[in-house]
Amino acid sequence: MIVVKNLHKSFGDVKAVCGVSFEARDGEITGLLGPNGAGKTTTLRMLYSLLPPDEGEIRIDGLDPGKDAMEIKRTLGVVPDGRGLYNRLTARENIEYFGELHGMTRAQMNERIDHLTKTLGMEDFIDRRTEGFSQGQRVKVAIARAMVHSPQTVLLDEPSNGLDVMATRALRNYILCLKRDGHSVVLSTHIMQEVAALCDRIVIIAKGAVAADGTAEELMERSGSSSLEDAFVKLIGSDEGLLA
Amino acid sequence: MSGVKQRQVNGIGTVFRKETRENFRDRRTVFNTLLLGPILFPFMFIALVWFTTSAEQERAEKTLEVPVIGAELAPSLMRFLEQQGTVIKAPPVDPEAVVRSQEELVVLRILPEYPEKWLAGEPAPVEVIADPSRQESSVAIGRVKNLLAVYGQQTGLLRLQLRGVAPQAMAAVDVRDVDLSTAKSRAILAMIFLPYVLMITAFTGGMHLAMDTTAGEKERKSLEPLFINPVPRWQIMVGKLLTTTLFAMASLALTLVSFKLVLPLMPVGTFGIDLSLSVTALLQILLVIAPVAILAASLLTLLASFAKTYREAQSYMSLVVMIPLIPSIIFMANPIKPELWMMSVPLFSQNLLIGEIIRGDGVPALWYALSIGSTLVIGLTLAAVAATLYNRPRIIFSGS
Repeated sequence: MIVVKNLHKSFGDVKAVCGVSFEARDGEITGLLGPNGAGKTTTLRMLYSLLPPDEGEIRIDGLDPGKDAMEIKRTLGVVPDGRGLYNRLTARENIEYFGELHGMTRAQMNERIDHLTKTLGMEDFIDRRTEGFSQGQRVKVAIARAMVHSPQTVLLDEPSNGLDVMATRALRNYILCLKRDGHSVVLSTHIMQEVAALCDRIVIIAKGAVAADGTAEELMERSGSSSLEDAFVKLIGSDEGLLA
Repeated sequence: MSGVKQRQVNGIGTVFRKETRENFRDRRTVFNTLLLGPILFPFMFIALVWFTTSAEQERAEKTLEVPVIGAELAPSLMRFLEQQGTVIKAPPVDPEAVVRSQEELVVLRILPEYPEKWLAGEPAPVEVIADPSRQESSVAIGRVKNLLAVYGQQTGLLRLQLRGVAPQAMAAVDVRDVDLSTAKSRAILAMIFLPYVLMITAFTGGMHLAMDTTAGEKERKSLEPLFINPVPRWQIMVGKLLTTTLFAMASLALTLVSFKLVLPLMPVGTFGIDLSLSVTALLQILLVIAPVAILAASLLTLLASFAKTYREAQSYMSLVVMIPLIPSIIFMANPIKPELWMMSVPLFSQNLLIGEIIRGDGVPALWYALSIGSTLVIGLTLAAVAATLYNRPRIIFSGS
């Protein structure tokens, strides 16, 4: 469960985030939708305590990233936009590295990696070096690496960037699995299809602030539109930077 | 579903093991750090010594051919030169021009007043025309001047004897050499380059690692996911620092071993120089230089964490490699007597200590302690600064 109230963050004169508030409940998928540069990545970075907010409040399962950074990191699984795999390590070694940093024993890691390999379909490349992996394979390894310590809260930054249709399908199925298992999932995206297909709640972010927030039906109702796409355009004021 | 039960994590060991494994798989790093330096430096040096000594020897042994202008004016000098194996050549039309164009290294000119002054028993003028700024002519110039001096001295002695003066009167002072240098201590003359090579290796050995583990990781965007793990950033930095130090130390050890193997091949046998490096000496040198590896690793990591990309880091590194050269160059140009206070100056003290170890004289334990201690203090201070840099949020932002 994530509660975010009135977040602000500036870099010099640039106001990246100014007044973002939302809630992400357990067993639900919350989508942060907005054009590129709207402040989604900065918001996520504040959630996983990489950046301190200038103002505002964050609570993840009651913990404050400013005070309990280490505790929060134990309960978070994060797939950042740049996947950041180590090319000279195998997929398994990439995952093990993060497992070890989470203090897992070898037995725990082996069991968990076997499970993730099966769920994500990584049997063919789990013991190959990640040099030359396709985008789809990279995302799978990055997800497995983020999930190795079985975190309750999962943050995904633009997870389907660069993926083909098959890889996108596999990814969506896995995200729905997480929801069924009761995880709290937050994903950021600039693709309308993605939120329409996955998200229980949608937070539309534009120019660093929340433009609208609710379920797909609520958003259509509020904007008086018959399709999600029209609703987005009306709520943001333009469709610049968004993909249907 | 909640998180797995987790132990207290030691991030340093995990990061160190991963970086070491990953970098040993990088052919470029392994080649540059562990092969290129240790093989290149000693062999480059040996080749250089071979080349210069054999070229010098060739010039010293080659028949000296000297064009002489006005040879007929000094028949006795010509005879002397020929007895010494010199070939007298016909004079060139323009002696200055042939020397300038390097056709001839040395030309002798007997001046017209030579016979007259010779008969009068006054110094008879002979010109040695040469360009000493050309290194290759120095041996020929030396040989010609030496022959002229010997001839002048012999003739002078004869003249004194004819006037009834004992030739010893010319030698007012009898200079005798008492040589206290040993075959071992003379080795430092041949090995003056060794501290210099080791200093560079301490820096270059860790260079790739410092760049790859910091700037490289930033560029590949893997630093951000790494920082999301529940491990304090200073531990991550120390793990990377240890890998950098390990590679620098390995590079140093391999360089020393390769020098030990290669030094006996040096063509110095006849000069009475003992070039062998004992295992004890090797270990002592390694002990002295180890803190420099830590200092270098800290400095390189510090700089690399400022850089946004590998490329930017590289541009800093080329400047950093100049740092260890400064004391080495000062020391080579202006040798000084080692004193206690000098041991507290990092880089400088290692230069002096390695020299003392090669000389084979005992080195006071206090010197070791001061050198190692002072270098470690500075190295660890730099590491602490690097750790605080790691805590800045903006370290994750790469060039994009």
